Amino acid sequence: MSERIRPITMPKWGLSMEEGTVNRWLASEGDTVQAGTAVVEVESDKIAGSLEIPTGGILRQRVASEAEVLPVGALLGVVSEADVSDAEIDVFVAEFQSRFVLGVSEEDKAAAGPETVVVDGHTLSYLRRGESGEAVLLIHGFGGDKNNWLFNHEVLAAGRVVYALDLPGHGASDKTIDDPTLEALAKAVIGFADALKLGDFHLIGHSFGGATSMATALRSPDRVRSLTLIASAGLGSEIDAEYVRGFAHTNSRKELKALTIRLFADENLVTRQLVDDLLRFKRLDGVQNALEAIASAFLDGDRQRTILAPQVAKLGKPIQIIWGAKDRIIPASHSNALGEAAKVHVFPNAGHMVQMEAANEVNRILLN
Amino acid sequence: MTRKISFKQAINEAMAQEMARDESVIAMGEDNVGGKGGEGEKDAWGGVLGVTKGLYGKFGDRIMDTPISESAFIGAAVGAAACGLRPVAELMFVDFLGVCFDQIYNQAAKFRYMFGGKAVTPVVIRTMFGAGFRAAAQHSQSLYSIFTHIPGLKCVVPSTPYDAKGLLIEAIRDNDPVIFFEHKLLYGLEGEVPEESFTIPFGEANIVRDGDDVTVVAIGRMVHIALQAAEELAKEGIECEVIDPRTTSPLDEETILESVSITGRLVVVDESYPRCNVATDIAAIAAQKAFGDLKAPVYMVCAPHTPVPFSDALEDLYIPSPAKVKAAINEVVEYAK
Repeated sequence: MSERIRPITMPKWGLSMEEGTVNRWLASEGDTVQAGTAVVEVESDKIAGSLEIPTGGILRQRVASEAEVLPVGALLGVVSEADVSDAEIDVFVAEFQSRFVLGVSEEDKAAAGPETVVVDGHTLSYLRRGESGEAVLLIHGFGGDKNNWLFNHEVLAAGRVVYALDLPGHGASDKTIDDPTLEALAKAVIGFADALKLGDFHLIGHSFGGATSMATALRSPDRVRSLTLIASAGLGSEIDAEYVRGFAHTNSRKELKALTIRLFADENLVTRQLVDDLLRFKRLDGVQNALEAIASAFLDGDRQRTILAPQVAKLGKPIQIIWGAKDRIIPASHSNALGEAAKVHVFPNAGHMVQMEAANEVNRILLN
Repeated sequence: MTRKISFKQAINEAMAQEMARDESVIAMGEDNVGGKGGEGEKDAWGGVLGVTKGLYGKFGDRIMDTPISESAFIGAAVGAAACGLRPVAELMFVDFLGVCFDQIYNQAAKFRYMFGGKAVTPVVIRTMFGAGFRAAAQHSQSLYSIFTHIPGLKCVVPSTPYDAKGLLIEAIRDNDPVIFFEHKLLYGLEGEVPEESFTIPFGEANIVRDGDDVTVVAIGRMVHIALQAAEELAKEGIECEVIDPRTTSPLDEETILESVSITGRLVVVDESYPRCNVATDIAAIAAQKAFGDLKAPVYMVCAPHTPVPFSDALEDLYIPSPAKVKAAINEVVEYAK
């Protein structure tokens, strides 16, 4: 179904991204590039990542030069089939640019922002992407928010309706938590699905959000079609408890930065902006209390209190497990906890935030 | 949720949220209500520049107009703080400190010490400062250095709406006297600020811009002047790390020294008079604690040692400009390439 000439455009990673810098090209003009190959590395003010092309072809033009700063949606390069002439490429680029200047990017700006819904008296914030298809819920980890899916959300929304939720106490959701247990958070997830009349849905959970997803599936097995557990809690007892407690407690930029570095295999991903955004969240009234309550319900000394693996293995649901081999928060060995009941994918060069660090690879698994 | 509001709205919102949260928070100052008798929140002017507008409608007599007698109402605020309230008093222009300084530096600042740690004085004194408003010598000074000098006082000089809200809430909840400096020319500045209440701890500098070549420390409105200079210099290949201390007392020495250990060059931009000010203080700290790291002398970009001129043309020349900051940065870069 692909067009003969296909543009590569500046991606939008997260709601706040308006422009990005072209860090470097990973392919030369004239190269034949396979589908799913990263061709260019792009950086927003928060994070850097590489951009894959969904359909293979020949990289005909690198329209954007390295170090160039361009708005979201701007043309970075052009890929085509072999039989397309240079003149056709030039016409394509010229047309794209004239349309873009005329405000194609305005559509992007008009994309809906986060919405809210009230569940059990508490406001939950979420971001919806996609028009029709099966419902998918993205559940972030401890101290995270819907932006943890910035490399995944938009991609998954092709042919699905994907909701990235802010758990109670997190992101833009209410910071007061009546009950910090996994069961209560699972109840909130079901409450969210009820409020939006979702029927059944797929759950993709990261870290603590993985444990929340499992608890949700155990609570309402008929509602959950499949489980994807990414660097998930609830599969074994080991965890970097110092990280969990420190993250909940600290209000200092230095301490927070040192902790945040443990989340990634590539420490360079922890930019000043990323830490500042986390600080802005942590300093909101009520956040520290909420996180400390969740942490103490979740931890038993230095170990995870709740192991859901045996029950989840018996659910008979399609389950996949994704992990980064360099995870310093929860060991990648937990990926085997469900045995035959789950398909396991471990990526060698990623840490705990594997859905960010190996975004393209993880997206391919999530799309299957 | 975060949305864009002005520096002035951020201060108003911080006061309103804290007054709603804690009944012991009260506000007082000349024209803080600004005449009353209208309907609801449209009642009154809300201060000379409208910063406290709407608070009277929401909180009634918990916000008070005071006589034009700073010695009396600053003293009353300090006393009320010692007796259990959390007053936010407004000294309209910091230039008026002369008539109420005893209440601040020799009373409020000393209570914790004089009473063996048994007394706390949770008073906030909000005050306008800074040149560029065409308000001449007696309404334009940047006098935070005088308060920074006094132990027992905390001094806050925010540069953005986000910082203004978070630091003012922190100030109101703090148990010590806090002097909160608001640059008049920043009131209209807009920025992203969460609707929810939040706090920013004192003594933590904000790194506003990353760079490896020169450390530029700037206070209050000067942060924006320094940023302008830094952006222009980036085009010439000089990358400045711009640091906003946010509070001059306590001062986050560590962040400044850490940056200097990488850049080896320091420029301090301070709108106040050039002698015994925050810039000289930071320069002295760097000279003593980062001597081995420094590749060039520390440069200070300050106002001249003269009252703020009334002439528009002279006032514009008086305030540190991006061009002056650029020149200073170029000097320290040229000194040791």
